[in-house]
Amino acid sequence: MPIEILMPALSPTMTEGNLATWNVAEGDTVGAGDVICEIETDKATMEVEAVDEGTIGKIVVAGGTEAVAVNAVIALLLEEGEDASALDGFTPSAGGDATAAAPVVEDTPAAAAVVDAVPTLVNGMIADAPVKPANRVFASPLAKRIAADKGLDLSAIAGSGPHGRVVKRDVENAQPGAKPAVAAAAVAAPAPAITVDDPVFANMPEFEAVPNSTMRKIIAKRLTESARDIPHFNLTVDVEIDNLLEMRKQLNAQENADYKISVNDFVIKAVALALTRVPECNVAYTDDAILQFKKVDMAIAVAIDGGLITPIVKDAASKGLATLSNEVKELAGRARDGKLMPEEFQGGTFTISNLGMFGVKGFNSIINPPQGGILSVGAGEQRPVVKNGELTIATVMTLTLAVDHRCIDGATGAAFIKELKSVIENPIALML
Amino acid sequence: MAETNFDLIVVGGGPGGYVAAIRAAQLKMKVALVEANHLGGICLNWGCIPTKALLRSSEIYHNMQHAKNYGLTAEGVGFDLDAIVKRSRKISKQLNGGVGHLLKKNKVTVFDGFGKLAGKGKLHVEKDGKGIADLTAKHIVLATGARARVLPGMEPDGKLIWYYKDALVPDRVPERLLVIGSGAIGIEFASFFHTMGSKTTVVEMVDRIVPAEDAEISDFLQKSLTKDGMEILTSAGVKALKKGKDTVTATLEIGGKTEDREFDRVIVAAGIVGNVENMGLEGTKVKVEGTHIVTNAWLETGEPGVYAIGDVAGAPWLAHKASHEGVLCVEKIAGTKGLHAINNDRIPGCTYCRPQIASVGLTEAQAKDRGLKVKVGRFPFQGNGKAIALGEPEGLIKVLFDDKTGELLGAHMIGAEVTELIQGYGIAMELETTEAELMHTVFAHPTLSEMMHESVLDAFGRAVHF
Repeated sequence: MPIEILMPALSPTMTEGNLATWNVAEGDTVGAGDVICEIETDKATMEVEAVDEGTIGKIVVAGGTEAVAVNAVIALLLEEGEDASALDGFTPSAGGDATAAAPVVEDTPAAAAVVDAVPTLVNGMIADAPVKPANRVFASPLAKRIAADKGLDLSAIAGSGPHGRVVKRDVENAQPGAKPAVAAAAVAAPAPAITVDDPVFANMPEFEAVPNSTMRKIIAKRLTESARDIPHFNLTVDVEIDNLLEMRKQLNAQENADYKISVNDFVIKAVALALTRVPECNVAYTDDAILQFKKVDMAIAVAIDGGLITPIVKDAASKGLATLSNEVKELAGRARDGKLMPEEFQGGTFTISNLGMFGVKGFNSIINPPQGGILSVGAGEQRPVVKNGELTIATVMTLTLAVDHRCIDGATGAAFIKELKSVIENPIALML
Repeated sequence: MAETNFDLIVVGGGPGGYVAAIRAAQLKMKVALVEANHLGGICLNWGCIPTKALLRSSEIYHNMQHAKNYGLTAEGVGFDLDAIVKRSRKISKQLNGGVGHLLKKNKVTVFDGFGKLAGKGKLHVEKDGKGIADLTAKHIVLATGARARVLPGMEPDGKLIWYYKDALVPDRVPERLLVIGSGAIGIEFASFFHTMGSKTTVVEMVDRIVPAEDAEISDFLQKSLTKDGMEILTSAGVKALKKGKDTVTATLEIGGKTEDREFDRVIVAAGIVGNVENMGLEGTKVKVEGTHIVTNAWLETGEPGVYAIGDVAGAPWLAHKASHEGVLCVEKIAGTKGLHAINNDRIPGCTYCRPQIASVGLTEAQAKDRGLKVKVGRFPFQGNGKAIALGEPEGLIKVLFDDKTGELLGAHMIGAEVTELIQGYGIAMELETTEAELMHTVFAHPTLSEMMHESVLDAFGRAVHF
């Protein structure tokens, strides 16, 4: 019986993805570990490796297909000794509209076939993580009732039962508000939808409709929710960076330096340090509690083809400038190639967005939920400044902090921005 | 020369061991099974199955005696004990052969001998004191089962004092029978011999019979058996047995007073002990507590590569628990994904006395001990058309729900055919249904199972037919 290759769930929240390209063709022989296709998930393109060896018998979902449901059969793999005739009359047993039971090969005891079908369905592809069903949330009646009592969103819970079914133990272990962003999104009214057919476009110039990628849809959804539901306010400050530039010059001029520290690296380190000193700004808001994080996991906005992504420098405050700089370069490089793993771009506690390289003086950003704040970094430029009553020239950079007023008040945000200014203007502190 | 190197060896061919061996073979392991006595173990040869054969004979005998109730005449109703026993033995033999066939079909190599651990990954097999094979395997599963607990001063003599093996091949229906212990084994033998005509007395140490069941079920059974003429002595003990020529004088202690009573035969069914002796456990990290081997939820013992399943791994002493553990143990070894430890609160238990008992989950007392607030539903057989038509209006189905979540916590049944009904609640529990799905389920009419529906409805004040 051919082995079904299923659309894998590459992150806990993934319900569908785009099958970007096939790296193999029908008739190709594959071994376990061979890359067979690339799948575009929420925010990255990921390679899918074969788990079993065999011959690709049939590609069921063509490359370039969008919105393929998790667990849909995407290809059939023939085992050793099977030829294409094994595909005749074979009905995929999972995903899509197919509801037929797995066919039973003759001479195999029916009971054994049914029992063995269970792990095959789940393990056809990378499936160590609990499998999330495509649309409908599969949960036991008891799990549904307990979830309702506890105010849990079932769609945010990974099921550990058969075929990813959410069962009692899953909801008992889940905490209310553990996924506040998802919970908030579930109750919020959707933004007014606008479609390509909207009459408003009829009187506008001719256009080319570029279909929304999965990433575009995610950006649209999350930032709409953020802008609508989070009470943002901004704090702006100018910081002088001449000392910082001097220190950077000295550091990069070191012999045998295996790094090249950028101004942005200094800013990342400075923000991490300032957040450590004012931890009230390294927070996330939930309806039950404000979560104050014990480490700073810094998300860095990186522009990539078709959108943006936020790779994360874990525990940024504890890393030295050289380590941090190299790590950011490496993450950004892989981000642009679409090769980040989900855990590398999900879960930061604070975000930095820098448009200084485009000459932008200052700007406001939208918070990346469930984080409590985001810092917008403008260009460092020479400006006239007044010092001790005299006009002089300094290199100045404008920083704008946007925070979630539900968890960070004006004075708290100001304390952080004051600390940040102090660290950047006296960068020797970063050496500690 | 026979192959001696395997992926997995199972020691013991009972319902735990042979199922584990077959599952391992299905998972492409090279498997050996070592069995010292009979394939199928106690369950199939000296337990579950042959007792059911005897009890079926007594049930039909009972029905024939009551043929008049159904408008039938059956005159000169009698029995041939020898033929009843022969039938029972024949059934065991047939199933024993069936297990052998299944093992062969799955290419499990069977060694007829006594297995003993002999160092890491090694098993020495003896037959009649002589070594017949030395096997090696990365994984060794101990499934050696259990045996009756022998009470001091009441050792089996094959004549006057019977244990289960003697009671399964009786040479007579004793006129006056004393049964010590009212667990599933004791009460089934009491039920059989009482139906066949023995004047039966059951002595139970604690304050109720079938003490593992819900107290209401114990109470119901005691009333039913007493009404039927059986003598039930609870909170009672047997101080001593004095053997005469063809009788036994038992010194009974009832309510602090002692009393000598004469019986023709005595059946001792006072619990079981695990078979942990002479298995080469000494010097290994396998931990034995009381008479059972200690394992974790995956049936792993303290010694890497050594596992224990079934009765030898502790209570509940049930064949189906042993089989399930065997499968789980082997699948864990094979690295099967998505496994979950067995939830002891979902293992059903059946006792084939007359009336039958079946239960799954928590008793009302256990639920209360866990601090759970429960909703209780009950439905009597008298309210069920099929039960009345069958002439079996005696029985009860009781269900317990968690008041807060609607989780089905337990189900307790007594009455005709309830052992075939309990799986319905077992499935409901495993699927985590609440009362709502059980209420929505359409139960076929006319069936005994309708009482399962009504009992659920009753827990929420909605029973229709009572």
